[in-house]
Amino acid sequence: MAALTREDTEALIAEVLEVYPDKAKKDRAKHLMINDKTLESSKKCITSNRKSLPGVMTMRGCAYAGSKGVVWGPIKDMISISHGPIGCGQYARAGRRNYYVGTTGVDAFCEMNFTSDFQEKDIVFGGDKKLAKLIEEIEMLFPLNKGISVQSECPIGLIGDDIEAVSKKAAAQIGKPVVPVRCEGFRGVSQSLGHHIANDSVRDWILSNRDGQAFETTPYDVAILGDYNIGGDAWASRILLEEMGLRVVAQWSGDGTLAEMENTPKVKLNLLHCYRSMNYISRHMEEKYGIPWLEYNFFGPTKIKESLRKIASFFDDKIKEGAERVIEKYTPMMDAVIAKYRPRLEGKKVMLYVGGLRPRHVVGAYEDLGMEVVGTGYEFAHNDDYDRTIKEMGDATLIYDDVTGYEFEEFVKAMKPDLIGSGIKEKYVFHKMGVPFRQLHSWDYSGPYHGVDGFAIFARDMDMTLNNPCWTKLTPPWVKKEAVAEKKAA
Amino acid sequence: MAKLRQCAIYGKGGIGKSTTTQNLVAALAESGKKVMIVGCDPKADSTRLILHSKAQSTVMHLAAEAGSVEDLELEDVMAVGFGGVKCVESGGPEPGVGCAGRGVITAINFLEEEGAYDEDLDFVFYDVLGDVVCGGFAMPIRENKAQEIYIVVSGEMMAMYAANNIAKGIVKYANSGGVRLAGLICNSRKTDREDELIEALAARLGSQMIHFVPRDNVVQHAEIRRMTVIEYDPTAKQADEYRALAQKIINNTKFVIPTPLEMEELEELLMEFGIMEQEDESIIGKTAAELAAEAAA
Repeated sequence: MAALTREDTEALIAEVLEVYPDKAKKDRAKHLMINDKTLESSKKCITSNRKSLPGVMTMRGCAYAGSKGVVWGPIKDMISISHGPIGCGQYARAGRRNYYVGTTGVDAFCEMNFTSDFQEKDIVFGGDKKLAKLIEEIEMLFPLNKGISVQSECPIGLIGDDIEAVSKKAAAQIGKPVVPVRCEGFRGVSQSLGHHIANDSVRDWILSNRDGQAFETTPYDVAILGDYNIGGDAWASRILLEEMGLRVVAQWSGDGTLAEMENTPKVKLNLLHCYRSMNYISRHMEEKYGIPWLEYNFFGPTKIKESLRKIASFFDDKIKEGAERVIEKYTPMMDAVIAKYRPRLEGKKVMLYVGGLRPRHVVGAYEDLGMEVVGTGYEFAHNDDYDRTIKEMGDATLIYDDVTGYEFEEFVKAMKPDLIGSGIKEKYVFHKMGVPFRQLHSWDYSGPYHGVDGFAIFARDMDMTLNNPCWTKLTPPWVKKEAVAEKKAA
Repeated sequence: MAKLRQCAIYGKGGIGKSTTTQNLVAALAESGKKVMIVGCDPKADSTRLILHSKAQSTVMHLAAEAGSVEDLELEDVMAVGFGGVKCVESGGPEPGVGCAGRGVITAINFLEEEGAYDEDLDFVFYDVLGDVVCGGFAMPIRENKAQEIYIVVSGEMMAMYAANNIAKGIVKYANSGGVRLAGLICNSRKTDREDELIEALAARLGSQMIHFVPRDNVVQHAEIRRMTVIEYDPTAKQADEYRALAQKIINNTKFVIPTPLEMEELEELLMEFGIMEQEDESIIGKTAAELAAEAAA
C-alpha cells in the first residue's frame, strides 16, 4: 500500500489546519512539513523548539522531566533529590523503566523517590535548611550513595532557594559530589532545555572530577552516551561493542555510575545514541578533551550493521575485523527474525510520534520488517534533529513537530496507519479508535529494542500488537446487528 | 452593628505607615470602635505600639514551629492590646530567602478560616509592606478583603511616585472587585507647600487628602516607649490630629476608582510645585569632560 502523494498530504494538512483560528493556523502550519529527501536543511520547512500554543493538548514535558527523569535519574549510585513539593518526584518515579543492576536502597537508588516534600512553610521561609537536613539524612540512611543531585522543581526558582550554597557546603561535609541543578519546570518550552541544563551541570560538577588521576586505558575505550537502558537497551548494545573488541568504560546514564561518568574524559571515542539529550556533553568533551563523538543507531539489522562498521572505522584493523565478525555471527539470527515476522508485517504502515530521537531512529527497524513509516514527529526536537530526519523518511511523508492532540487524531483518521508508535498519553485515544498501538517511550513494559537481542523483541512486539485478533472484535454487538440488518434491507 | 469595614494602608517604605496606622487605630479604639490590625510585613512591626512588645509572634513563625498553619488556633496568633485592639502579624522570612508574599496569603487565609473577622469588629486595618511587590502583597485588596485603601504619602518625590504606583495596583483590582481608593494620608515631612501638593495629587487621582498629619516629635517620644501618642500623652496636640483622622475615616464616604497619572503628568505636577527641575535634554548622556569642553567653547 502506497503512502499519500505529495498533493494529498498537502491537502490533508490544509484541511486539518482549517479549524484553527488564524493565529493558531499560521503558527501550526510552520510545524508541519512534507518530506523532501533532496533537502539539506530543514530550516525553511519546519519550525521546532517553540512554545506550544495554549489549548492544543501538547504531549510535552518540562525541564525537570528532562533533567531528573532523563539524564540524572538513571545514574544508579547517585541519589536525585526532587527539591520541592512531592508530586513531581512521586508521579515520575520509576516511570521510565531504566533498568540497572544493584540492590535498590543499598547501592542503587533509581526506583526510589527522594524529595524535600515542600510544605507551605518551606515556600514562605525557604527550603535551604530542609535541603541541608535531607542530604544529611540521606548520607546517614544510604551511606553507599556515591553522590547527590538536587533537581529543582518550579517553586525553587520562584522563591530563590540558594541550592548552590547548600550543595557546596554539603559536598564538603559528606566528601561526595552534591550537584545543584536549576531545572525548574517552567524554564524553556519542553523537556529539551532540561537535558541541556543537566548536561551543563554534569560538565560543571562531575566531568572533570578525576582529571589528572591515574586510569588504566586501552586503545579501544569507548563510552555509550544517550542510552538510558530502557528495558535493558544499553545492555543489548554493550555486548555488541564488547564482542567487536571495544571496552565500554561508561554508560550514560542507564545502569551507569558516577565513577563511569568521571572516567569518560579518558575514552577514545564517545558513542552517542540519543543525540538530542546528550549532544551538549559530547561536544564539550570534544572541545575540552579532544574526544571525537559518533552518532550511531542500534535499531534493526540495517542500522546495526551500518553503525558497527562506522564505529569500527575509528579504530584499527582488529576492531574492523571484530565488527565484521560480529555482523557475520548475528546476521543469521537477524535474518531469522525477519524471515519469521516480515511476512506478517510486510507493507504495513506506521505513524510515529515520540520524543527527540526515536521518530527517526526506529524507521530503519520498521523498514527491515517490510513496514513503511508514513508519518513521524517529535515532541521536543530541534531543527538539527529534523535535518537528520529528512534523510531517514521517505519522500512526501508527513512530518509534524509538537503535534497537537487534534492534529494527530485527524492525521491518523486520514492516513489510516496499521500501527502507531507513541506514548502513554496517546495510547488509549488510539486504542479507542481501534488502531493498534505500541508505546515507543517505555517499550510498553517490554524491551530491550536496541541491538540484535532487541530487534527480535521489537519484531515480536510489533507483530503481536498489529496482528492481535482483538482488533477484529471491536465492533459492539448492537452496531453489528444494525450493520447486518442494513445489509439485509439492502 | 454597622458592617465591618476593612481598610488597607499602603505607601512607600519608611513613610510611617505602621506608626500612622497604630496611632489611628488607637484613636478609633478610644472612640469606642472595635478594631483589628493585621500586619502584612515580614518585619512584624505593625502592632508593637499597641502591644508594647518588641515584635509579636507571627502566624507564619508559629505555623513553622507547629508544623503547619492547620495546627494553629486563632488564640495562638492573636494578641489584644491598648483599647482592646486585636493584633495579628502575618510574618515571613528574613530578607533574601523564601517567599514573603506567600506568607501574607497563607496568614490571611488562616484568619478567614478561623473566623478572625467576627461580627463585633468595626474595622480591620491591614498594614502592608512598602509597595505592591507581588501578588502576595496585593492579597489584602483582593476580593472580599479590604475595600478601602488609604495611601500614606509625603511631599517627597519618591513617596508620590509610590502612591501613584499603588493607585495603579488599585485600578487593577477595582475593576474585578470592590476595592476603592479612600484617600491619601499626608504624613508631613515638612517640605514646601506639602499640603497643597498632596491635595493636588489627590485631586488628580480623583480622590482626597483625607488628613494632613503634621510632624511632631511627640510621636518619636511615644514610639521609644513602644506606645502610641494617644496612650502616651492623650493631651498632646498630635493626639488630636490622629483623633481628627479617625473621625474623618469613620465618616468617609468618598471611595473612588483612582485615575493614576502618566509619568509625564506626575513630573509636571512636581515641577509645578518646584520639587523637580525642568529637565535639560541637552546634557543627557554627556560626560563631565564633554560638558567642560562645551562650556569652554
